[in-house]
Amino acid sequence: MCGIVGLHLRDPGLYPRLGELLAGMLVEMAERGADSAGVAVYGDPGWSPPGRVGVCLLDVGLPPERVAAAVGDHLGSAVVAEQLDATTLLHAPVDPQRLLEAATTAFPDVLVGGFGSDVTVLKGVGHPDDLVARYRLRSAQGWQGVGHTRMATESAVTAGGCHPYSVGPDQCLVHNGSFANHATIRRELIADGIRFDSDNDTEVGARFVARALADGLTLEAALKSLCATFDGFYTLLVSSADSFAVVRDAIACKPAVIAETDDWVAMASEYRALVGLPGIEHATIFEPEPEVVYAWTR
Amino acid sequence: MDTLSPPTADAVELDLSAVGLRETNRLLHHPEELAGTTVTISYPRGAHSVAAGLDAPLMITVTGHVGYYAAGMNQQATITIDGNCGPGVAENMMSGLVRVRGNASQSAGATAHGGLLIIDGDAGARCGISMKGVDIVVGGNVGHSSAFMAQAGRLVVRGDAGDGLGDSIYEAQLYVRGRVASLGADCVSKEMGPEQLTELAGLLEAAGYDDDPADYSRYGSARRLYHFHTDNADAY
Repeated sequence: MCGIVGLHLRDPGLYPRLGELLAGMLVEMAERGADSAGVAVYGDPGWSPPGRVGVCLLDVGLPPERVAAAVGDHLGSAVVAEQLDATTLLHAPVDPQRLLEAATTAFPDVLVGGFGSDVTVLKGVGHPDDLVARYRLRSAQGWQGVGHTRMATESAVTAGGCHPYSVGPDQCLVHNGSFANHATIRRELIADGIRFDSDNDTEVGARFVARALADGLTLEAALKSLCATFDGFYTLLVSSADSFAVVRDAIACKPAVIAETDDWVAMASEYRALVGLPGIEHATIFEPEPEVVYAWTR
Repeated sequence: MDTLSPPTADAVELDLSAVGLRETNRLLHHPEELAGTTVTISYPRGAHSVAAGLDAPLMITVTGHVGYYAAGMNQQATITIDGNCGPGVAENMMSGLVRVRGNASQSAGATAHGGLLIIDGDAGARCGISMKGVDIVVGGNVGHSSAFMAQAGRLVVRGDAGDGLGDSIYEAQLYVRGRVASLGADCVSKEMGPEQLTELAGLLEAAGYDDDPADYSRYGSARRLYHFHTDNADAY
Protein backbone atom coordinates (compact mmCIF):
# COMPACT_ATOMS: atom_id res chain seq x y z
CA MET A 1 0.00 0.00 0.00
CA CYS A 2 1.22 3.47 -0.73
CA GLY A 3 1.77 5.85 2.14
CA ILE A 4 1.33 9.61 2.12
CA VAL A 5 2.73 12.23 4.45
CA GLY A 6 2.57 16.00 4.34
CA LEU A 7 3.43 18.86 6.63
CA HIS A 8 2.44 22.52 6.21
CA LEU A 9 4.13 24.69 8.83
CA ARG A 10 2.48 27.77 10.26
CA ASP A 11 5.15 28.58 12.83
CA PRO A 12 8.30 29.93 11.11
CA GLY A 13 10.22 28.77 14.17
CA LEU A 14 9.74 25.22 12.90
CA TYR A 15 11.06 25.89 9.37
CA PRO A 16 14.60 24.73 10.26
CA ARG A 17 13.11 21.38 11.38
CA LEU A 18 10.96 20.65 8.31
CA GLY A 19 13.27 18.00 6.87
CA GLU A 20 13.78 16.22 10.16
CA LEU A 21 10.03 16.11 10.85
CA LEU A 22 9.13 15.06 7.30
CA ALA A 23 11.80 12.33 7.33
CA GLY A 24 10.38 10.91 10.56
CA MET A 25 6.91 10.84 9.04
CA LEU A 26 8.08 9.21 5.80
CA VAL A 27 10.08 6.46 7.49
CA GLU A 28 7.02 5.52 9.61
CA MET A 29 5.17 4.72 6.38
CA ALA A 30 7.87 2.31 5.13
CA GLU A 31 6.03 -0.65 6.72
CA ARG A 32 3.23 -0.21 4.20
CA GLY A 33 5.51 -2.03 1.76
CA ALA A 34 7.51 0.66 -0.03
CA ASP A 35 9.49 -0.08 -3.19
CA SER A 36 10.36 3.59 -3.73
CA ALA A 37 9.84 6.94 -2.08
CA GLY A 38 9.87 10.58 -3.03
CA VAL A 39 9.60 13.94 -1.33
CA ALA A 40 8.99 17.56 -2.21
CA VAL A 41 10.38 20.30 -0.01
CA TYR A 42 9.17 23.90 -0.30
CA GLY A 43 11.47 26.74 0.64
CA ASP A 44 14.81 25.15 1.51
CA PRO A 45 17.26 28.08 1.38
CA GLY A 46 20.03 25.92 -0.09
CA TRP A 47 18.01 23.94 -2.62
CA SER A 48 15.74 26.86 -3.61
CA PRO A 49 17.70 30.04 -2.82
CA PRO A 50 15.58 33.20 -2.72
CA GLY A 51 15.47 34.98 -6.06
CA ARG A 52 16.39 31.85 -8.01
CA VAL A 53 14.24 29.18 -9.62
CA GLY A 54 14.92 25.48 -9.72
CA VAL A 55 14.55 22.48 -11.99
CA CYS A 56 15.02 18.88 -10.78
CA LEU A 57 16.27 16.39 -13.40
CA LEU A 58 16.20 12.64 -12.82
CA ASP A 59 18.95 10.18 -13.80
CA VAL A 60 20.87 12.52 -16.12
CA GLY A 61 23.97 10.30 -15.91
CA LEU A 62 26.49 13.19 -16.00
CA PRO A 63 28.37 15.04 -13.23
CA PRO A 64 26.39 18.08 -12.00
CA GLU A 65 28.95 20.60 -13.27
CA ARG A 66 28.61 19.24 -16.80
CA VAL A 67 24.82 19.38 -16.53
CA ALA A 68 25.05 22.97 -15.29
CA ALA A 69 27.37 23.92 -18.18
CA ALA A 70 25.11 22.32 -20.80
CA VAL A 71 21.96 23.99 -19.46
CA GLY A 72 23.83 27.27 -18.98
CA ASP A 73 24.84 27.23 -22.66
CA HIS A 74 21.18 27.06 -23.71
CA LEU A 75 20.09 29.62 -21.13
CA GLY A 76 22.87 32.06 -21.95
CA SER A 77 23.76 32.58 -18.29
CA ALA A 78 25.29 30.66 -15.41
CA VAL A 79 23.45 27.78 -13.77
CA VAL A 80 24.32 26.16 -10.43
CA ALA A 81 23.88 22.38 -10.08
CA GLU A 82 23.91 19.99 -7.16
CA GLN A 83 23.55 16.20 -7.16
CA LEU A 84 21.25 14.53 -4.60
CA ASP A 85 21.02 10.80 -5.22
CA ALA A 86 19.42 10.34 -8.69
CA THR A 87 18.32 13.97 -8.93
CA THR A 88 20.30 16.88 -10.34
CA LEU A 89 19.07 20.17 -8.87
CA LEU A 90 19.60 23.19 -11.07
CA HIS A 91 18.97 26.78 -10.14
CA ALA A 92 19.39 30.16 -11.75
CA PRO A 93 17.98 33.71 -11.28
CA VAL A 94 15.59 33.57 -14.26
CA ASP A 95 11.97 32.86 -15.09
CA PRO A 96 11.06 29.22 -14.18
CA GLN A 97 9.77 28.48 -17.68
CA ARG A 98 13.04 29.70 -19.25
CA LEU A 99 15.17 27.45 -17.05
CA LEU A 100 12.83 24.53 -17.74
CA GLU A 101 13.08 25.11 -21.50
CA ALA A 102 16.87 25.33 -21.33
CA ALA A 103 17.05 22.10 -19.31
CA THR A 104 14.69 20.16 -21.57
CA THR A 105 16.44 21.47 -24.67
CA ALA A 106 19.85 20.42 -23.33
CA PHE A 107 18.52 17.05 -22.15
CA PRO A 108 15.39 16.24 -24.18
CA ASP A 109 15.23 12.62 -23.00
CA VAL A 110 15.71 13.31 -19.31
CA LEU A 111 12.78 13.26 -16.94
CA VAL A 112 11.91 16.50 -15.12
CA GLY A 113 11.08 15.65 -11.50
CA GLY A 114 9.80 19.11 -10.68
CA PHE A 115 10.35 22.82 -11.20
CA GLY A 116 9.40 26.15 -9.73
CA SER A 117 10.62 28.98 -7.57
CA ASP A 118 10.23 27.21 -4.26
CA VAL A 119 10.02 23.44 -4.67
CA THR A 120 12.62 20.69 -4.74
CA VAL A 121 11.43 17.23 -5.78
CA LEU A 122 13.53 14.14 -5.00
CA LYS A 123 12.58 10.65 -6.17
CA GLY A 124 14.22 7.29 -6.03
CA VAL A 125 13.87 3.51 -5.80
CA GLY A 126 14.76 1.82 -2.54
CA HIS A 127 13.88 1.70 1.14
CA PRO A 128 12.66 5.02 2.58
CA ASP A 129 15.30 4.80 5.34
CA ASP A 130 18.08 4.72 2.73
CA LEU A 131 16.43 7.32 0.50
CA VAL A 132 16.05 9.80 3.37
CA ALA A 133 19.82 9.55 3.93
CA ARG A 134 20.64 9.79 0.22
CA TYR A 135 18.38 12.86 -0.12
CA ARG A 136 19.99 14.40 3.02
CA LEU A 137 16.38 15.13 3.93
CA ARG A 138 16.90 15.44 7.69
CA SER A 139 18.90 18.66 7.25
CA ALA A 140 16.43 20.24 4.82
CA GLN A 141 14.50 23.33 5.85
CA GLY A 142 11.35 24.96 4.57
CA TRP A 143 7.71 25.78 5.16
CA GLN A 144 6.01 22.81 3.55
CA GLY A 145 6.84 19.26 2.54
CA VAL A 146 5.12 16.21 1.12
CA GLY A 147 6.29 12.63 0.87
CA HIS A 148 5.17 9.33 -0.56
CA THR A 149 6.13 5.70 -0.10
CA ARG A 150 5.09 3.70 -3.12
CA MET A 151 3.97 0.11 -3.44
CA ALA A 152 3.52 -0.12 -7.19
CA THR A 153 0.45 -1.90 -8.53
CA GLU A 154 -0.02 -0.61 -12.05
CA SER A 155 3.25 0.60 -13.57
CA ALA A 156 6.98 0.01 -13.31
CA VAL A 157 9.09 0.53 -10.18
CA THR A 158 11.33 3.33 -11.42
CA ALA A 159 12.25 6.80 -10.23
CA GLY A 160 9.89 8.06 -12.97
CA GLY A 161 7.00 6.05 -11.51
CA CYS A 162 7.71 7.40 -8.05
CA HIS A 163 5.62 10.20 -6.54
CA PRO A 164 5.36 13.19 -6.04
CA TYR A 165 4.21 14.09 -9.53
CA SER A 166 5.24 17.66 -10.06
CA VAL A 167 4.12 18.71 -13.54
CA GLY A 168 3.23 22.36 -13.03
CA PRO A 169 5.27 25.16 -11.40
CA ASP A 170 5.66 24.49 -7.67
CA GLN A 171 2.87 21.88 -7.83
CA CYS A 172 2.98 18.38 -6.40
CA LEU A 173 0.49 15.56 -6.23
CA VAL A 174 0.84 12.31 -4.29
CA HIS A 175 -1.69 9.51 -4.44
CA ASN A 176 -2.68 6.40 -2.54
CA GLY A 177 -5.02 4.27 -4.62
CA SER A 178 -5.61 3.64 -8.30
CA PHE A 179 -7.57 5.52 -10.93
CA ALA A 180 -9.83 3.25 -12.99
CA ASN A 181 -10.42 5.50 -16.01
CA HIS A 182 -6.97 7.07 -16.30
CA ALA A 183 -6.36 5.70 -19.81
CA THR A 184 -9.45 7.48 -21.17
CA ILE A 185 -8.54 10.77 -19.49
CA ARG A 186 -4.92 10.39 -20.64
CA ARG A 187 -6.07 10.10 -24.26
CA GLU A 188 -8.22 13.21 -23.88
CA LEU A 189 -5.34 15.18 -22.36
CA ILE A 190 -2.94 13.96 -25.09
CA ALA A 191 -5.49 15.07 -27.71
CA ASP A 192 -5.34 18.50 -26.07
CA GLY A 193 -1.56 18.56 -26.57
CA ILE A 194 -0.44 17.53 -23.09
CA ARG A 195 2.70 15.34 -22.90
CA PHE A 196 3.24 12.50 -20.45
CA ASP A 197 6.46 11.17 -18.94
CA SER A 198 5.24 7.80 -17.66
CA ASP A 199 2.48 5.18 -17.87
CA ASN A 200 1.53 5.94 -14.28
CA ASP A 201 -2.14 6.61 -13.44
CA THR A 202 -1.18 9.26 -10.89
CA GLU A 203 0.57 11.32 -13.54
CA VAL A 204 -2.82 11.63 -15.28
CA GLY A 205 -4.27 13.10 -12.09
CA ALA A 206 -1.34 15.50 -11.75
CA ARG A 207 -1.57 16.63 -15.41
CA PHE A 208 -5.34 17.09 -15.02
CA VAL A 209 -4.89 19.29 -11.93
CA ALA A 210 -2.03 21.23 -13.55
CA ARG A 211 -4.19 22.02 -16.56
CA ALA A 212 -7.09 23.11 -14.33
CA LEU A 213 -4.78 25.43 -12.36
CA ALA A 214 -3.30 26.79 -15.60
CA ASP A 215 -6.89 27.49 -16.73
CA GLY A 216 -7.29 29.67 -13.65
CA LEU A 217 -9.19 27.34 -11.32
CA THR A 218 -8.43 27.45 -7.60
CA LEU A 219 -6.86 24.35 -6.11
CA GLU A 220 -10.18 23.52 -4.46
CA ALA A 221 -12.10 23.87 -7.73
CA ALA A 222 -9.48 21.81 -9.57
CA LEU A 223 -9.87 18.97 -7.08
CA LYS A 224 -13.68 19.15 -7.26
CA SER A 225 -13.33 18.79 -11.01
CA LEU A 226 -11.01 15.80 -10.51
CA CYS A 227 -13.62 14.12 -8.27
CA ALA A 228 -16.24 14.61 -10.97
CA THR A 229 -14.00 13.23 -13.73
CA PHE A 230 -11.92 10.45 -12.20
CA ASP A 231 -13.22 7.04 -11.21
CA GLY A 232 -11.37 4.78 -8.81
CA PHE A 233 -9.83 4.86 -5.38
CA TYR A 234 -7.79 7.77 -4.19
CA THR A 235 -6.57 9.75 -1.29
CA LEU A 236 -4.67 12.70 -2.74
CA LEU A 237 -2.42 15.29 -1.18
CA VAL A 238 -1.86 18.21 -3.52
CA SER A 239 0.45 21.12 -2.84
CA SER A 240 1.17 24.34 -4.68
CA ALA A 241 3.20 27.51 -4.26
CA ASP A 242 1.01 28.58 -1.35
CA SER A 243 -1.43 25.75 -0.59
CA PHE A 244 -1.85 22.28 0.78
CA ALA A 245 -4.99 20.25 0.05
CA VAL A 246 -6.41 16.79 0.72
CA VAL A 247 -9.24 14.99 -1.03
CA ARG A 248 -10.59 11.41 -0.98
CA ASP A 249 -12.88 9.55 -3.36
CA ALA A 250 -16.52 8.84 -2.55
CA ILE A 251 -15.82 5.38 -1.15
CA ALA A 252 -12.92 6.65 0.98
CA CYS A 253 -11.32 3.26 1.59
CA LYS A 254 -7.79 4.64 1.27
CA PRO A 255 -6.83 5.89 4.70
CA ALA A 256 -6.14 9.49 5.68
CA VAL A 257 -5.67 11.31 8.96
CA ILE A 258 -5.33 15.06 9.37
CA ALA A 259 -3.90 16.73 12.46
CA GLU A 260 -3.88 20.44 13.06
CA THR A 261 -2.37 22.76 15.64
CA ASP A 262 -1.70 26.50 15.71
CA ASP A 263 1.84 25.69 14.53
CA TRP A 264 1.21 23.22 11.68
CA VAL A 265 -1.20 21.14 9.61
CA ALA A 266 -0.18 17.57 8.88
CA MET A 267 -1.68 14.75 6.87
CA ALA A 268 -0.71 11.10 6.72
CA SER A 269 -2.07 7.72 5.71
CA GLU A 270 -1.82 6.59 9.32
CA TYR A 271 -1.74 8.30 12.67
CA ARG A 272 1.59 6.69 13.59
CA ALA A 273 3.32 8.91 11.02
CA LEU A 274 2.26 11.93 13.08
CA VAL A 275 3.37 10.88 16.56
CA GLY A 276 6.76 12.61 16.31
CA LEU A 277 5.34 16.05 15.53
CA PRO A 278 5.75 18.67 18.26
CA GLY A 279 2.51 19.17 20.15
CA ILE A 280 0.71 16.20 18.56
CA GLU A 281 -0.80 15.37 21.95
CA HIS A 282 -2.85 18.59 21.76
CA ALA A 283 -3.62 18.49 18.02
CA THR A 284 -7.10 18.37 16.54
CA ILE A 285 -7.17 15.01 14.77
CA PHE A 286 -9.79 13.97 12.23
CA GLU A 287 -10.40 11.88 9.14
CA PRO A 288 -11.27 13.76 5.96
CA GLU A 289 -14.78 13.11 4.67
CA PRO A 290 -15.25 11.62 1.19
CA GLU A 291 -15.23 14.08 -1.72
CA VAL A 292 -14.68 17.08 0.56
CA VAL A 293 -11.69 19.23 -0.36
CA TYR A 294 -9.65 20.33 2.65
CA ALA A 295 -7.28 23.13 1.77
CA TRP A 296 -4.93 25.36 3.72
CA THR A 297 -3.24 28.41 2.29
CA ARG A 298 -0.14 30.11 3.52
CA MET B 1 -19.97 5.18 32.96
CA ASP B 2 -16.64 3.49 33.46
CA THR B 3 -16.80 -0.08 32.30
CA LEU B 4 -13.56 -0.95 34.02
CA SER B 5 -13.24 -2.17 37.57
CA PRO B 6 -11.16 0.01 39.88
CA PRO B 7 -7.41 -0.68 39.60
CA THR B 8 -6.31 -3.48 41.85
CA ALA B 9 -3.07 -4.26 43.56
CA ASP B 10 -2.22 -6.77 40.86
CA ALA B 11 -2.31 -4.17 38.06
CA VAL B 12 0.35 -4.49 35.37
CA GLU B 13 1.71 -1.75 33.12
CA LEU B 14 3.19 -2.54 29.72
CA ASP B 15 4.98 0.32 27.95
CA LEU B 16 4.46 -0.64 24.33
CA SER B 17 7.34 1.53 23.12
CA ALA B 18 9.73 -0.39 25.41
CA VAL B 19 8.21 -3.88 25.56
CA GLY B 20 7.35 -4.00 21.85
CA LEU B 21 4.15 -5.03 20.14
CA ARG B 22 4.88 -8.73 19.66
CA GLU B 23 5.99 -9.26 23.25
CA THR B 24 3.04 -7.25 24.58
CA ASN B 25 0.56 -9.33 22.62
CA ARG B 26 2.39 -12.55 23.50
CA LEU B 27 2.04 -11.73 27.21
CA LEU B 28 -1.65 -10.93 26.76
CA HIS B 29 -2.08 -14.28 25.00
CA HIS B 30 -0.43 -16.00 27.99
CA PRO B 31 -2.09 -14.25 30.94
CA GLU B 32 -0.57 -16.82 33.31
CA GLU B 33 2.73 -14.97 32.75
CA LEU B 34 1.21 -11.66 33.86
CA ALA B 35 1.25 -10.61 37.49
CA GLY B 36 -2.39 -9.56 37.32
CA THR B 37 -5.51 -9.36 35.23
CA THR B 38 -5.71 -5.57 35.07
CA VAL B 39 -3.30 -4.30 32.40
CA THR B 40 -2.43 -0.79 31.21
CA ILE B 41 -0.74 -0.51 27.83
CA SER B 42 0.99 2.85 27.50
CA TYR B 43 2.67 4.66 24.58
CA PRO B 44 0.87 2.80 21.76
CA ARG B 45 1.88 5.59 19.32
CA GLY B 46 -0.55 4.45 16.64
CA ALA B 47 0.70 0.84 16.53
CA HIS B 48 -1.35 -1.77 14.72
CA SER B 49 -2.97 -4.88 16.23
CA VAL B 50 -2.65 -3.72 19.84
CA ALA B 51 -4.30 -6.27 22.17
CA ALA B 52 -5.52 -8.37 19.25
CA GLY B 53 -6.47 -12.01 19.53
CA LEU B 54 -7.06 -12.14 23.30
CA ASP B 55 -9.00 -15.00 24.90
CA ALA B 56 -9.03 -14.33 28.65
CA PRO B 57 -11.09 -12.18 31.06
CA LEU B 58 -8.44 -9.46 31.26
CA MET B 59 -9.22 -5.80 31.99
CA ILE B 60 -7.08 -3.74 29.63
CA THR B 61 -6.70 0.01 29.19
CA VAL B 62 -4.69 1.39 26.28
CA THR B 63 -3.62 4.98 26.98
CA GLY B 64 -3.25 6.69 23.61
CA HIS B 65 -4.15 6.37 19.94
CA VAL B 66 -3.86 3.02 18.16
CA GLY B 67 -3.62 1.98 14.51
CA TYR B 68 -5.34 -0.81 12.59
CA TYR B 69 -7.19 -3.80 14.08
CA ALA B 70 -6.89 -2.89 17.76
CA ALA B 71 -8.64 -5.48 19.96
CA GLY B 72 -9.37 -7.55 16.87
CA MET B 73 -10.80 -11.05 17.34
CA ASN B 74 -11.37 -10.31 21.01
CA GLN B 75 -12.81 -13.02 23.26
CA GLN B 76 -13.70 -12.41 26.91
CA ALA B 77 -11.44 -9.39 27.52
CA THR B 78 -12.65 -5.90 28.46
CA ILE B 79 -10.50 -3.45 26.51
CA THR B 80 -10.73 0.34 26.84
CA ILE B 81 -8.84 2.46 24.35
CA ASP B 82 -8.31 5.93 25.77
CA GLY B 83 -7.74 7.53 22.37
CA ASN B 84 -8.63 7.18 18.69
CA CYS B 85 -8.49 3.99 16.63
CA GLY B 86 -7.45 3.29 13.07
CA PRO B 87 -9.42 0.98 10.76
CA GLY B 88 -10.99 -2.26 11.97
CA VAL B 89 -11.16 -1.85 15.74
CA ALA B 90 -12.63 -5.01 17.33
CA GLU B 91 -12.94 -6.62 13.90
CA ASN B 92 -14.28 -10.15 14.19
CA MET B 93 -14.80 -9.82 17.96
CA MET B 94 -16.43 -12.95 19.41
CA SER B 95 -17.18 -11.83 22.98
CA GLY B 96 -16.08 -9.34 25.62
CA LEU B 97 -16.25 -5.57 25.57
CA VAL B 98 -14.26 -2.97 23.67
CA ARG B 99 -14.70 0.72 24.43
CA VAL B 100 -13.08 3.50 22.40
CA ARG B 101 -13.08 6.81 24.23
CA GLY B 102 -12.19 8.78 21.10
CA ASN B 103 -13.10 8.31 17.44
CA ALA B 104 -12.79 5.14 15.38
CA SER B 105 -11.80 4.97 11.72
CA GLN B 106 -13.52 2.87 9.07
CA SER B 107 -14.80 -0.70 9.46
CA ALA B 108 -15.18 -0.63 13.24
CA GLY B 109 -16.56 -3.96 14.46
CA ALA B 110 -16.35 -5.51 10.98
CA THR B 111 -17.65 -9.09 10.82
CA ALA B 112 -17.84 -9.27 14.63
CA HIS B 113 -19.89 -12.19 15.96
CA GLY B 114 -20.45 -11.15 19.56
CA GLY B 115 -19.55 -8.90 22.44
CA LEU B 116 -20.18 -5.17 22.83
CA LEU B 117 -18.27 -2.42 21.01
CA ILE B 118 -18.76 1.11 22.34
CA ILE B 119 -17.31 4.10 20.51
CA ASP B 120 -17.83 7.29 22.51
CA GLY B 121 -16.85 9.54 19.60
CA ASP B 122 -17.59 9.17 15.89
CA ALA B 123 -17.08 6.06 13.79
CA GLY B 124 -15.98 6.38 10.17
CA ALA B 125 -17.31 4.65 7.08
CA ARG B 126 -18.51 1.05 7.09
CA CYS B 127 -19.05 0.78 10.84
CA GLY B 128 -20.41 -2.72 11.53
CA ILE B 129 -19.82 -3.94 7.98
CA SER B 130 -20.92 -7.57 7.71
CA MET B 131 -21.65 -7.65 11.46
CA LYS B 132 -22.67 -11.14 12.54
CA GLY B 133 -24.03 -10.76 16.05
CA VAL B 134 -22.04 -8.00 17.73
CA ASP B 135 -23.69 -5.10 19.52
CA ILE B 136 -22.24 -1.70 18.60
CA VAL B 137 -23.10 1.58 20.31
CA VAL B 138 -21.66 4.75 18.78
CA GLY B 139 -21.79 7.94 20.84
CA GLY B 140 -21.46 10.24 17.82
CA ASN B 141 -21.99 9.77 14.08
CA VAL B 142 -21.25 6.87 11.74
CA GLY B 143 -19.95 7.27 8.19
CA HIS B 144 -21.33 5.98 4.92
CA SER B 145 -22.15 2.32 4.24
CA SER B 146 -22.45 1.45 7.92
CA ALA B 147 -23.99 -1.97 8.64
CA PHE B 148 -23.33 -2.91 5.00
CA MET B 149 -24.39 -6.54 4.52
CA ALA B 150 -25.13 -6.81 8.23
CA GLN B 151 -26.29 -10.29 9.17
CA ALA B 152 -27.04 -10.19 12.90
CA GLY B 153 -26.57 -7.99 15.95
CA ARG B 154 -27.57 -4.45 16.90
CA LEU B 155 -26.10 -1.09 15.88
CA VAL B 156 -27.03 1.98 17.92
CA VAL B 157 -26.04 5.43 16.66
CA ARG B 158 -26.59 8.37 19.02
CA GLY B 159 -25.77 10.89 16.28
CA ASP B 160 -26.27 10.84 12.51
CA ALA B 161 -25.67 8.09 9.95
CA GLY B 162 -24.01 8.68 6.57
CA ASP B 163 -25.23 7.59 3.14
CA GLY B 164 -26.27 4.04 2.40
CA LEU B 165 -27.05 2.90 5.94
CA GLY B 166 -27.69 -0.85 6.03
CA ASP B 167 -27.07 -1.41 2.33
CA SER B 168 -27.79 -5.04 1.34
CA ILE B 169 -28.63 -5.85 4.94
CA TYR B 170 -29.68 -9.43 5.68
CA GLU B 171 -30.81 -8.94 9.28
CA ALA B 172 -29.59 -6.93 12.32
CA GLN B 173 -31.38 -4.12 14.14
CA LEU B 174 -30.29 -0.55 13.48
CA TYR B 175 -31.26 2.29 15.84
CA VAL B 176 -30.38 5.89 14.96
CA ARG B 177 -31.22 8.96 17.06
CA GLY B 178 -30.16 11.58 14.53
CA ARG B 179 -30.50 12.04 10.80
CA VAL B 180 -29.87 9.28 8.27
CA ALA B 181 -28.36 10.74 5.08
CA SER B 182 -29.83 7.87 3.04
CA LEU B 183 -30.76 4.22 3.42
CA GLY B 184 -29.00 1.58 1.36
CA ALA B 185 -30.62 -1.05 -0.84
CA ASP B 186 -33.21 -3.16 1.00
CA CYS B 187 -32.86 -1.23 4.26
CA VAL B 188 -36.13 0.29 5.43
CA SER B 189 -37.55 2.23 8.35
CA LYS B 190 -39.38 -0.03 10.78
CA GLU B 191 -41.84 0.49 13.56
CA MET B 192 -40.43 0.88 17.06
CA GLY B 193 -42.52 -1.41 19.28
CA PRO B 194 -42.30 -2.07 23.02
CA GLU B 195 -39.94 -4.97 22.39
CA GLN B 196 -37.51 -2.75 20.48
CA LEU B 197 -37.74 0.06 23.05
CA THR B 198 -36.80 -2.43 25.76
CA GLU B 199 -33.96 -3.85 23.67
CA LEU B 200 -32.59 -0.39 22.91
CA ALA B 201 -32.87 0.72 26.55
CA GLY B 202 -30.78 -2.30 27.52
CA LEU B 203 -28.09 -1.51 24.94
CA LEU B 204 -27.90 2.16 25.98
CA GLU B 205 -27.66 1.18 29.62
CA ALA B 206 -24.91 -1.34 28.88
CA ALA B 207 -22.98 1.41 27.10
CA GLY B 208 -23.53 3.90 29.92
CA TYR B 209 -25.87 6.33 28.11
CA ASP B 210 -29.17 7.50 29.55
CA ASP B 211 -30.89 8.62 26.32
CA ASP B 212 -34.63 8.18 25.92
CA PRO B 213 -35.11 5.21 23.55
CA ALA B 214 -38.21 6.94 22.19
CA ASP B 215 -35.94 9.52 20.52
CA TYR B 216 -34.56 6.82 18.21
CA SER B 217 -35.74 5.46 14.87
CA ARG B 218 -35.42 1.85 13.89
CA TYR B 219 -34.21 0.46 10.55
CA GLY B 220 -33.82 -3.06 9.26
CA SER B 221 -34.07 -5.43 6.35
CA ALA B 222 -37.00 -5.38 3.94
CA ARG B 223 -35.92 -8.94 3.01
CA ARG B 224 -36.49 -8.30 -0.68
CA LEU B 225 -32.98 -9.36 -1.69
CA TYR B 226 -33.13 -12.78 -0.07
CA HIS B 227 -34.47 -14.58 -3.12
CA PHE B 228 -34.55 -14.06 -6.84
CA HIS B 229 -37.90 -12.59 -7.80
CA THR B 230 -39.19 -13.29 -11.27
CA ASP B 231 -40.53 -9.72 -11.58
CA ASN B 232 -36.90 -8.56 -11.51
CA ALA B 233 -35.80 -10.81 -14.38
CA ASP B 234 -35.51 -7.84 -16.74
CA ALA B 235 -32.79 -6.39 -14.55
CA TYR B 236 -30.41 -9.29 -15.31
